[in-house]
Amino acid sequence: MRARTMTPFGSLARAMLKGFFRDRMSVFFAIVFPLMFLVLFGGLLTDQGVSRSEIIQIGAVPVLDDADPATKEAFDASLEITRSSDEPDAVAQVRKGDADAVISQDGDRVTVRYSAADQVKAATVRGTFEAVVQAANLATTGQPPTFSLDPRQVEDESLSTIQFVTPGLLGWAVAMSATIGAASNLVVWRRNGLLRRLRLAPVRTPSVVLARVAVSLMIAAVQTAIFLGLGMAAFGLELSGSWPMIVPLLLSGTLAFMSIGLLAGSIARTEEGAIGMANFVVLPMAFLSGSFFPLDDAPAWLRGVGEALPLRHLNEGMLDTMVRGEGPASTIAPIAILLGFAIVLTAVSARVFRWDA
Amino acid sequence: MALEIRVDGLVMTYGDLRAVDGVSFTVAPGEFFGLLGPNGAGKTTTLEMIEGLRRPQAGTVRIGDHEPWRRESGLQRRMGVQLQASSFFERLTVREQLDTFGALYGVAAGRTDAMLEQVGLVDKAGVRTEDLSGGQLQRLSIACALIHDPDVVFLDEPTAALDPQARRNLWDVLRTINDSGRTVVLTTHHMDEAEVLCDRVAIMDAGRVLELDTPAALVRGLDAPVRISLAPGTLSAADARSIAGDDPVDEDAGGLTITTRRPAEVLSALADRDALSGLSVKGASLEDVFLELTGREYRA
Repeated sequence: MRARTMTPFGSLARAMLKGFFRDRMSVFFAIVFPLMFLVLFGGLLTDQGVSRSEIIQIGAVPVLDDADPATKEAFDASLEITRSSDEPDAVAQVRKGDADAVISQDGDRVTVRYSAADQVKAATVRGTFEAVVQAANLATTGQPPTFSLDPRQVEDESLSTIQFVTPGLLGWAVAMSATIGAASNLVVWRRNGLLRRLRLAPVRTPSVVLARVAVSLMIAAVQTAIFLGLGMAAFGLELSGSWPMIVPLLLSGTLAFMSIGLLAGSIARTEEGAIGMANFVVLPMAFLSGSFFPLDDAPAWLRGVGEALPLRHLNEGMLDTMVRGEGPASTIAPIAILLGFAIVLTAVSARVFRWDA
Repeated sequence: MALEIRVDGLVMTYGDLRAVDGVSFTVAPGEFFGLLGPNGAGKTTTLEMIEGLRRPQAGTVRIGDHEPWRRESGLQRRMGVQLQASSFFERLTVREQLDTFGALYGVAAGRTDAMLEQVGLVDKAGVRTEDLSGGQLQRLSIACALIHDPDVVFLDEPTAALDPQARRNLWDVLRTINDSGRTVVLTTHHMDEAEVLCDRVAIMDAGRVLELDTPAALVRGLDAPVRISLAPGTLSAADARSIAGDDPVDEDAGGLTITTRRPAEVLSALADRDALSGLSVKGASLEDVFLELTGREYRA
């Protein structure tokens, strides 16, 4: 028997937390479902960046064969070279898209045949072999090179698909469970009369609201820990300098998403209606906020719509600190927007809120 | 310490409907008081104004010195409520529900065991509320209403939707709750329940109190005849008519029935003829009072 008596806030938070973790469907949709997307994007899309061009080499090509070891290593990173003696067949393969280019050398002339069907591959192949030929030309003069190129990536050097995918999917997961959690909690308690019952208990309304906020924050913390943990352990996620700033970001994001759920739960009459309404908002919001893919190529008006959504600002804030290596100051604007959104929507919800069904 | 409840001139209208239309009564400290009426009579709205869920449009409610709609925690700590719905936290066990409600009232966790004992749910302590029967849920909701040992208790149709066994089982629990001098207000549309449990009963219909008295006085006031039924073959119809005199005698496959206002005379005449075996006597019940007052037509 426990000697200590819990506070109303503590006992309500504990009751809600138990209710959440004992509901397998809630746990699945809050944690397992978003993780499936992380595995999907993180696992499957990583290879896309290192997809090598397939080159068929006809006979001897001295500029390739005699290149120094460092150059050869660079080739192997971007080109996959197979040898063949059947030139017409090799060209036919390029035409069908089974291979990306055919390379042959006749005396001093190096010939590259490629298909224009894949413009990116075509440019890569042409650029690569132009560089090879120039390097070979330079080598025959016996002169050391005057200029040298030092290529550097602007993002953190650990940059890979997982870096971009994790913040967006985490934002989506937090948005989904905070919105649906608040909405269904409100509707279920109103329908089963628990809201009325709590109104007749010596509990102040802020205690009830804060208990729900605390539970949503705890769920968001669990989601974050699992996402970052699995990302780092399985997919090589690396966090850059000011990543701890995602804590205040996620905190204010959770409040913003709860305010959406509060509004849905105040309007809806049934739990199904509330969850449907929450999904109706969260799923399009996730797309328009770049949770699943970047919006850089989207039309300007669509990106404009995204700017009005809280998840967009949470995602940008997390990308800035987790991936782009920006300082803590970069999170001030997103946090202010998220909190403002939460205040406005909570005020609207308060006007349509009902205690009983 | 028990509390007195004074209700004076309560009014609540929803649009054109006067759901509660000038209801007044006083519930004495320690009294078990029943609000009786058909569905839509205004009992629940009246109870909600007494509990403080709604502020009366006109009239006053006082529980002790408090006006309940102000929802002062001083009063709420002394008030136990059991609402019509089964209002529980999702996926918590019986024990966890009681612990949680106890914490809302600042009660030590030890009270949970005493409550489980009182409502007979000790062996269900570890079961989630989703897996309880209707009667067990109602017993738990009464335990949750009593967890902080309140001075006044409100019960809104606690036996609605229960089967006869579960109802009688719950009555045993309800009988004990004002033993310690608590004031109890119960709404019900079961007349037998009010008759068994309540010290006094207010019969409501269409938002008004039609009668207010002890169940026994209400039945007596009706001056209803007594129905004496005889098993088939114990007495011939002619003999029965001679005993009944001017009172009506009905005969059907179940035997003879004499409906009379002088049952003592009829019974002694039957005893003289040795016709008492298989005999049953049925007096008026609160249900008859109720039907007399509110009419027999069907209502939704």
